[in-house]
Amino acid sequence: MSTTDTTIPNLTPRKKAELLAAAGDPEAVVAPPGGGGGPVLWVRQNLFGSIRDSIITLVLIVVLGWLGYNFLHWALLDATWSGTDAAACRANPDGACWTFIGEKYRFILFGTYPYGEQWRPTIMMIITVMMLAASCDRRMWNWRALAMWIVGGTICGILLFGGVFGLSYVETSSWGGLPVTLVLAVLALAGAFPLAILLALGRRSNLPLIKALCVGFIELIRGVPLISLLIMASVMLPLFLPTGVNIDKLLRALIGFMLFAAAYLAEVIRGGLQAIPKGQYEAADAMGLNYFNKTRLIILPQALRLVIPPLVNTFIGFFKDTSLVYIIGIFDLLTAGDSAVKDPAWRGFANETYLFLAATYFVFCFSMSRYSQYLERDLNKSQRR
Amino acid sequence: MAQAARNLDAEPVEIELHNVNKWYGQFHVLRDVNLTVRKGEKVVVCGPSGSGKSTLIRCINRLEEHQAGDILVDGTLLTNDVKNIEIIRRDVGMVFQQFNLFPHLTIIDNLTLAPIWVRKMPRKDAEELAMMYLERVRIPEQAQKFPGQLSGGQQQRVAIARALCMRPKIMLFDEPTSALDPEMVKEVLDVMVELANEGMTMICVTHEMGFARSVADNVVFMDRGEVVEMAAPEEFFAHPKSERTRLFLSQILAH
Repeated sequence: MSTTDTTIPNLTPRKKAELLAAAGDPEAVVAPPGGGGGPVLWVRQNLFGSIRDSIITLVLIVVLGWLGYNFLHWALLDATWSGTDAAACRANPDGACWTFIGEKYRFILFGTYPYGEQWRPTIMMIITVMMLAASCDRRMWNWRALAMWIVGGTICGILLFGGVFGLSYVETSSWGGLPVTLVLAVLALAGAFPLAILLALGRRSNLPLIKALCVGFIELIRGVPLISLLIMASVMLPLFLPTGVNIDKLLRALIGFMLFAAAYLAEVIRGGLQAIPKGQYEAADAMGLNYFNKTRLIILPQALRLVIPPLVNTFIGFFKDTSLVYIIGIFDLLTAGDSAVKDPAWRGFANETYLFLAATYFVFCFSMSRYSQYLERDLNKSQRR
Repeated sequence: MAQAARNLDAEPVEIELHNVNKWYGQFHVLRDVNLTVRKGEKVVVCGPSGSGKSTLIRCINRLEEHQAGDILVDGTLLTNDVKNIEIIRRDVGMVFQQFNLFPHLTIIDNLTLAPIWVRKMPRKDAEELAMMYLERVRIPEQAQKFPGQLSGGQQQRVAIARALCMRPKIMLFDEPTSALDPEMVKEVLDVMVELANEGMTMICVTHEMGFARSVADNVVFMDRGEVVEMAAPEEFFAHPKSERTRLFLSQILAH
């Protein structure tokens, strides 16, 4: 804005509004400064504000463009899409080999599950994902969700195990790939969450014994690496069990994983409990609510919504940590991908595999993240002033 | 009011405190407090901050535990027995300085919560009851809103209605107007005066001396954990006996 702005046509709308307001026009609206410039102005001010900024912007554009161009060529333009063996891919070393994924995706997704029966884990996964999606709706957060999961879970179990209704029996050691990852993540986290709430409440209990047990459990479990816990569950536990008693390896890993997740989630939930003002407890006490109803109706609903971000953070972390079960020889998604890479006939296509695996994990983790953001907004809608 | 005070002697005793003592660590907050409140009696407790007046009424519904002496509420002796405590809390409503509404529940849900879960009232009946009390505190149109959307005065009126929904025999008020903006004090006091006129037994910790003058049967002055003076308001304000009371009144009534 130059100081020689004396002629009226040269006034900006903002200046004009200011002058009108100063003249006492009640209709004049002075917009806040800096508002309404459009994307072009934003780019000019923020990316090309000075010579140094302009140079940095240009260098970054070139670097990013070059990386993007190369990736695009490798992944799409120069990629090999057809064929049934590695020959075509080897003839085209500069492009991605999606033929490999096309040949191996069933192995990566289902591992060693009998080939002819793989429709069973497919349906199981569809049911699971549908139930997860349905559970996202807050109107389902009552007995309906519980009933749905009991019925759906039973169907999923029947599909995976078989042995009834003419389905052949498939033992858990043959399971593999994404179904195993889903079973581990969903069951372990579904079990860990209520356990974590109990641990968090117990840690704040006035009863010394309960408090000591909860503190002891949390500190003990948190103090050891997940891998050592999994190894204990798979190798050490059977040594202590009486002969003849044999707990399934997947179940052992699941329980170990659940206990580990519970300890972490408990501390997240405790953070939320501590943020609830004392007055809320007192108001609930004063009206004669007992401990159970006070906790269920007043304290937990507030505490849990406060900790949605760290809670989902922990959930996402543990979803990916299910891949650590490879260490005790359970054939989850990552292990299946890893084995596919090691096929002698298809050596050298690790990049494609890991990209495929990363994309699969990303779909689940990103969904969780987006859902948590939606949930936060939805739950806080009512509380905005 | 003076006439009502004379008739009170015939009424049954609702609350009785006998040589109540309490310590926070080494700090002696309540020293040999004796107090008798009869049915329909309104007692205003005043005193400088830290004098133990809030602690006193919080002992009556066991939000604080006293260490020596006896407290009898409606004939029930307060002990560590959780069942006893819950019985007493059902019949004793409390209104807090900071309202303490449940921010995640709508106004109507705040009101129906205790009737449904403590009194086991059917939801429909509880909602009718809640609407009746919301009308009495003159904000039925706010029923579906959340506490955060209401003004301080409205929130405190909801808090009073919430306590009334339990149909308590006794109401405790812990500085109900101290957290309010000045222009909202009156709307809350009006509701409290109405409640008093209906014959509710009330103990109010408050600095509102006008309220004490017009409503109280007895005014209690506390200082350093002791009940220094207790008298009918005319007597209390006109001829305070103790030097400490005179000093307190001169400070609080100066402006």
